[in-house]
Amino acid sequence: MDQSLNLSRREFLISTAAVGGGLALGLQLPFGVNAAIAADVVPEVNAWVVIRPDDTVVIRVARSEMGQGTITGLAQLVAEELECDWSKVSTEYPTPGQNLKRNRVWGAFSTGGSRGIRTSHEYVRQGGAVARMMLVQAAANQWKVAASECSTADSVITHQPTGRTVTYGKVANAAGKLPAPDVKGIKLKDPKDWKIAGKSMKRFGAAEKVTGRQVYGFDLKLPGMVNAAIMECPVFGGKLKGFDAAKVSGMKGVKKVLRVGDTAVAVVADTWWHAKTALDALPIDWDLGANAKVSSASIAADLKAGLTASQAFVGNKSGDIKTALAGAARTIDAEYAYPYQNHACMEPMNATARYTPDKCEVWVPTQDGEASFAAVLEASGLPADKCEVYKLDLGGGFGRRGAFQDYVTQAVRIAREMPGTPVKLLWSREEDMRQGRFHPVMQCRMTGSFDANNNLTGLHMRLSGQSILASVRPAIVEKAGGKDPATFQGVAESGEHSLGYTFPNMLVDHAMRNTHVPPGFWRGVNINQNAIFLECFMDELAHAAGEDPVAFRRRFMAKHPRNLAVLNAVAERIGWDKPAPMGLHRGIAQMKAFDSFVAAACEISVEGGNKVKVHRIVAATDSGYAVNPAQIERQVAGSFVYGLSALFMQECTVKDGRIEQENFHSYNSMRIAQMPRVESIIMPGGGPIWGGVGEPTICVAAPAVLNAFFKATGKRIRSVPLKNHGIEMV
Amino acid sequence: MIQLNINGRSHQVDVEPNTPLLWAIREQVGLTGTKYGCGVAQCGACTVHMDGAAVRSCVIPASAAVGKKITTIEGLAKGSVLHKVQKAWVDHDVPQCGYCQTGMVMAVAALLQDKPRPTDADIDATITNICRCGTFQQVREAIHAAAKA
Repeated sequence: MDQSLNLSRREFLISTAAVGGGLALGLQLPFGVNAAIAADVVPEVNAWVVIRPDDTVVIRVARSEMGQGTITGLAQLVAEELECDWSKVSTEYPTPGQNLKRNRVWGAFSTGGSRGIRTSHEYVRQGGAVARMMLVQAAANQWKVAASECSTADSVITHQPTGRTVTYGKVANAAGKLPAPDVKGIKLKDPKDWKIAGKSMKRFGAAEKVTGRQVYGFDLKLPGMVNAAIMECPVFGGKLKGFDAAKVSGMKGVKKVLRVGDTAVAVVADTWWHAKTALDALPIDWDLGANAKVSSASIAADLKAGLTASQAFVGNKSGDIKTALAGAARTIDAEYAYPYQNHACMEPMNATARYTPDKCEVWVPTQDGEASFAAVLEASGLPADKCEVYKLDLGGGFGRRGAFQDYVTQAVRIAREMPGTPVKLLWSREEDMRQGRFHPVMQCRMTGSFDANNNLTGLHMRLSGQSILASVRPAIVEKAGGKDPATFQGVAESGEHSLGYTFPNMLVDHAMRNTHVPPGFWRGVNINQNAIFLECFMDELAHAAGEDPVAFRRRFMAKHPRNLAVLNAVAERIGWDKPAPMGLHRGIAQMKAFDSFVAAACEISVEGGNKVKVHRIVAATDSGYAVNPAQIERQVAGSFVYGLSALFMQECTVKDGRIEQENFHSYNSMRIAQMPRVESIIMPGGGPIWGGVGEPTICVAAPAVLNAFFKATGKRIRSVPLKNHGIEMV
Repeated sequence: MIQLNINGRSHQVDVEPNTPLLWAIREQVGLTGTKYGCGVAQCGACTVHMDGAAVRSCVIPASAAVGKKITTIEGLAKGSVLHKVQKAWVDHDVPQCGYCQTGMVMAVAALLQDKPRPTDADIDATITNICRCGTFQQVREAIHAAAKA
């Protein structure tokens, strides 16, 4: 094995120290500076904590860092219970192979659904607490005193009666040899007493990121490595018929032209630029199949029929909607639509693989190291003890890099054709745009009924469109009798995505209409469209009832105090009860998602009927606990960039069975000039459930702005993106 | 074989003349801080300085960079002393995933060279890089902080 691949901890430290003060020219490390392998020569205290003699602390967590700050937040939680010196903390990723060998001691690797912190806070804190107890016990043993007489702070253990002190680094070795105490007896700190968690610590890695030192998957260099460019059949479900390798095999740098599975062809060359240039010149023959007839119009027609179909899965109901509608003094209805969208991570999909019959290793930016590991197992045909995955920090994830490991499978398949040679597979932006796992399409027919006194008596929300789970997790759908429970995110009866209103008579149902376009979990998932449908229609109902949109909402929120609290918070901060400043118009929306309660109120101006400037957004977040307020603020502000780009600019259209948009010129994203001023209100409400932060706020961006647009123009826009209506963001 | 001056050093680079400067920098010179994001000058992740001006290296043929002074993100700091834009970025904790940030930093460094105290309107007109994480609020704060530094 090559030396730089089998880097020992010591060599790794020397290498990183050598580049730490300056710049890393031609850095040959297989891991990012913050992504060392958990193979320290210093013995660990426990799985979570390694402390070196110089008191530096390495905290190991399994979730992936993709810009959301989860690694910093999780390390804060470990450090809080460990009571170590925060300035000496760094982090590293354990590998999926290590996790497997150690009975999954680090828990789930999956980093999606805004779960990074909210579903692992307890065991990571316990990990820190256990390590602290072992360190104290080691010091007490050394001093021959009772552990109960010792206290800890900032990596120093003090024997209270005598004032003797010792640092963690001095007793870490001995602590690691002690039996771990049972976590059942451990009482974790009350968040009120937090000193490291709950504080706005800076996230790890900023200096590496602004100097170019951070090694992303795209930047990886391994000795002897070759580069691959790939194209998969642009019509989903189509197959590769053949290709004329002779046409390109003489081109500069080209080493191999090969079939990858049934659906793709790749060119391997000395550089990626050579590989891509040859791939662009390669004559390819596709068997496009029956899906080549599908278009956005045919999909829309299919969904439209679902709006009135008799069969639909019931997601949430109360009272008797039929009777309410039949006996109404009047009903109003409206049809909404949401398009396919691509995640468009800044770093396109990639993976690097090295295969021999004895070992298959993959380096990959992944939201789920274990899903990557599973893909390596399957594609390599090797047993688990001969496979390994090394995670790199991601250049964006947003849901594309978790459940879907297609690029890993491709990289391993190519590497199998060149045993011993590391193959770096990079997707072009065009491939990334064509081969998304898209935000599903959905249409919705909303119907509301009023009695003679303008009281809302019923609400029917009929969804018609694509199920993510039917495609990605069919077992869940099968178990639910064909229903996709995730379709009802934000409007569900109970759970992490429960509806924030109680209506007298209500029905939410879904006519499932699946297409050949592969759907995926797109930051926020199904709350994005459901929030538009529900929160815009609530505005329509308020308008129909002649009532203020906030006052109208409050009528149905008596049983939803935390939804109400965030709604009230943004209403108050933006000054909802007073007129908006001249030329500005306000809109508002609220939702519960991923166990967090979020609301947004915005102020916009509209020029010429179609030039929308979003001036200001006030956003409130109740995520139960706030592990790092500054990072929550950044997630909230960033959520509006993601959500408003989607609202104004983004649609993947289907023509001849394939996605038409191939780059940012036709699939645009907000720039700084369009960024509104975002004011975050972080209002953690406590309680037994922790909420997520990375996703919830996205869904309130669009309806708040759409409702403001109505206020400004009197026009209801009911389909996304707004560019299709000639409306632009300025 | 062409000769490129990158970060004050001369490099003999074995590329076809029409190879984009981005790929010459990344794959021949080995400096990977300059990122690929789109290949069509839309996103700005590949921004470098050519004779002091911010350019999108993914659409500049390597041959067009011959005889010019190229600065990449790796050449922005003076030794271990960060450029004031880099420092402001660290102080304001700007990067999220960070992938677009080297290009963003290079674009901003060129802006401040041109306009030492840019207005918000200057920023809006000049900084057109895409950031999918959505760091713009912190980017704007950090630009003003760097201008004052």
